[in-house]
Amino acid sequence: MNASPDAIETLARQVGAAPPLDAQLGTQLSALPVADPAALWLLAAVLLPSFVGGALLGLIGHRRYAAEINIAASLATLLGAGALTLHVINTGPASFFGEQFFVDPLNVFLIALTAFVGFTTSLFSRPYLRAEVARGKLDGGRMRLYHSMFQLFMGAMLTALSTNNLGILWVSMEAATLATVLLVALYRTPASLEAAWKYFILCGVGIAQALFGVILLYFAAERVLGAEGGALLWTHLNAIKSDLEPTVLSLAFIFLLVGYGTKCGFAPLHNWLPDAHAEGPTPVSAVLSGLLLNVALYAVLRCKTLVDGALETHFAGNLMMGFGLFSVVVGAFSLARQKDIKRLFGYSSIEHMGLIGFAFGMGGPAASFAGLLHMTVHSLTKSAIFFAVGHAVQKVGSAAIDDIRGLLRASPMIGWSLALGALAILGMPPFGVFASEFLILTTAIQEHQWAVPILLVSLGVAFAAGLGKVQGMVFGDAVPVLPGVRPATLPVLLHLALALLLGLWIPPELADWYRAAAHLLG
Amino acid sequence: MNPLAWLPTLPGLPFAGQLINLCAAIMLLLAFAMLAQRRIVTLINLFALQGAVLCLSTAIVALSTGQSHLWGSALITLLLKVILLPWILHRLVHKLSVKWDVETLFNIPTTMLVGIGLVIIAFNVAQPISEFAGTITRATIGIALACVMLAFLMMITRSKAVPQVVGFMSMENGLFFAATSATYGMPMVIELGVALDVLVGMVVFGVFFFQIREKFDSLDIRHLEEKTKQE
Repeated sequence: MNASPDAIETLARQVGAAPPLDAQLGTQLSALPVADPAALWLLAAVLLPSFVGGALLGLIGHRRYAAEINIAASLATLLGAGALTLHVINTGPASFFGEQFFVDPLNVFLIALTAFVGFTTSLFSRPYLRAEVARGKLDGGRMRLYHSMFQLFMGAMLTALSTNNLGILWVSMEAATLATVLLVALYRTPASLEAAWKYFILCGVGIAQALFGVILLYFAAERVLGAEGGALLWTHLNAIKSDLEPTVLSLAFIFLLVGYGTKCGFAPLHNWLPDAHAEGPTPVSAVLSGLLLNVALYAVLRCKTLVDGALETHFAGNLMMGFGLFSVVVGAFSLARQKDIKRLFGYSSIEHMGLIGFAFGMGGPAASFAGLLHMTVHSLTKSAIFFAVGHAVQKVGSAAIDDIRGLLRASPMIGWSLALGALAILGMPPFGVFASEFLILTTAIQEHQWAVPILLVSLGVAFAAGLGKVQGMVFGDAVPVLPGVRPATLPVLLHLALALLLGLWIPPELADWYRAAAHLLG
Repeated sequence: MNPLAWLPTLPGLPFAGQLINLCAAIMLLLAFAMLAQRRIVTLINLFALQGAVLCLSTAIVALSTGQSHLWGSALITLLLKVILLPWILHRLVHKLSVKWDVETLFNIPTTMLVGIGLVIIAFNVAQPISEFAGTITRATIGIALACVMLAFLMMITRSKAVPQVVGFMSMENGLFFAATSATYGMPMVIELGVALDVLVGMVVFGVFFFQIREKFDSLDIRHLEEKTKQE
């Protein structure tokens, strides 16, 4: 792929036909993972900092430099993820630790994204939480809980992404849920306790359904691979997927989709999501929307690939398209009724996860490419918005949309970040969300015309509602602001710049990744 | 290779199939009993009993099929579901002094009828799976799924925090039972991981009980929702 500055032209070419995996990089990326014990330390460099950091921050309690340790651990994770990514680009997919862990094009890009957003969130949370402590909303004990749970949550998500074993994937998803439940309830207000309880019960039930799905998958695989043959290892399952029993697999997929779908925020299982986003501290909202939803969707995608191979029908894709489309509609039409700024963007996440689910449901190289791109840009943009929202709420002292006015005058930096972030997430060019939404829509026009009007109306409604709400908050006379908040500008700018970059020009290396991953997804 | 290989096996154990079916039937019965039980302490005891039956049936499968890793699974169930979790729950209930709480339940006969409907659905769903299973326990897959569904129903119909959590844990019982009956259990690593998650989850639940109690003076979830709506 040439590095054309014209995004539309590039995208149109993507839509046209399945681009062959011609580049040398592409073929290397699409190879099967090979055992690579030499690179084990790279994997350790990704996973260990989070767990060590989490344990350390839990043990030492809240010190003056706890936020710096948090940042250092996240930076170490990011460096590890960067090194692992470079290694995979140079030598191809690898598996580690008796094939229990592996990296291939699909998960390596998510590992890099997760480590990156984790790092920027830790940068953002330092001044943000310092202000919360100064206002007496949090004390030392809570800060200790926050820092150690944040790192453990990152560790659990990175484990979920890098493991080859679908059982370990389930266990780490559950661990990530437990860590975030404690984070959502951090303020210990009645509303935050209710949100955390709802989140715990709904996602607990959901993830129990997913466990039943994993049991069924294991049951089908054990008949082919035997109990000792690594019957839960994804690479092994992927190699024999056409031999798996279709009836059992289709049943398993229903349970897996409902289970992990609850965590993705697919409607009608989305009830926990707006509450958890609104009541938890803002850095947690940023990682929930930006990362956890992606990881849950990643789990669904891994399972979908197996089910597609076993069934050789479009059953799994149709289910995902249905759930996805319904989420887009529910998310978009709920935006207009929101009174709380964080709930507003929580519903926006439901809408976007639905869109991504729909894209992967359509399948095929172009739609999967668009889905992966949308996952990336949504993650970057949504966490940038939450960073801006967090500072805005701190400045104004209220999260009610009606109370926030004139941000551009009160604090130009926060006002512009929120305005640009909102424009980006609503799909305005030249940001990346526009590119991926355009690609999803054009694919839908070619393959599933019936869905296009629903998508267009929903996106239009979301645009009108979102723009109206944000306009009121950004323009107008400034409301009196509370002193003593120095926002972290770097994370917001970095995220928005990357989202802009991905809208204008996708680096060829990244495009090759996406294409190899889309090829893997089928 | 297998550290548990020295444990006894009785390949020709008579009535093994019938014994397992009996255990399955008792599990289903206990699931219904929990659905209708109003008193919290009795509910926890029923949950412990369900764990004990699960443990027994896993042990019978281990004994009769020679799947020695199932002994480990039975041990985890015994320690966690029969001893540790009920103990934690009893302590919590005692500390929160909700020991004698009696819950007013929404129309028990209707709930039971819905439960029967769920069992029929579970059997229908499990039918195709049972046909492919080669285990001696395959007839019980439907019952395992029914236990999961009934626990799910219990969580929906309860409004208090402790019974909801008992329902959640009972759902995990049903899942373990499903794993044993369909495939002779999951790999040990996974079972340990699941057990750890359940245990940590229980501790987190415990923390929550106190928080909710402190903020709302009650463990009633409905109460909790009303209060936040007023604000």
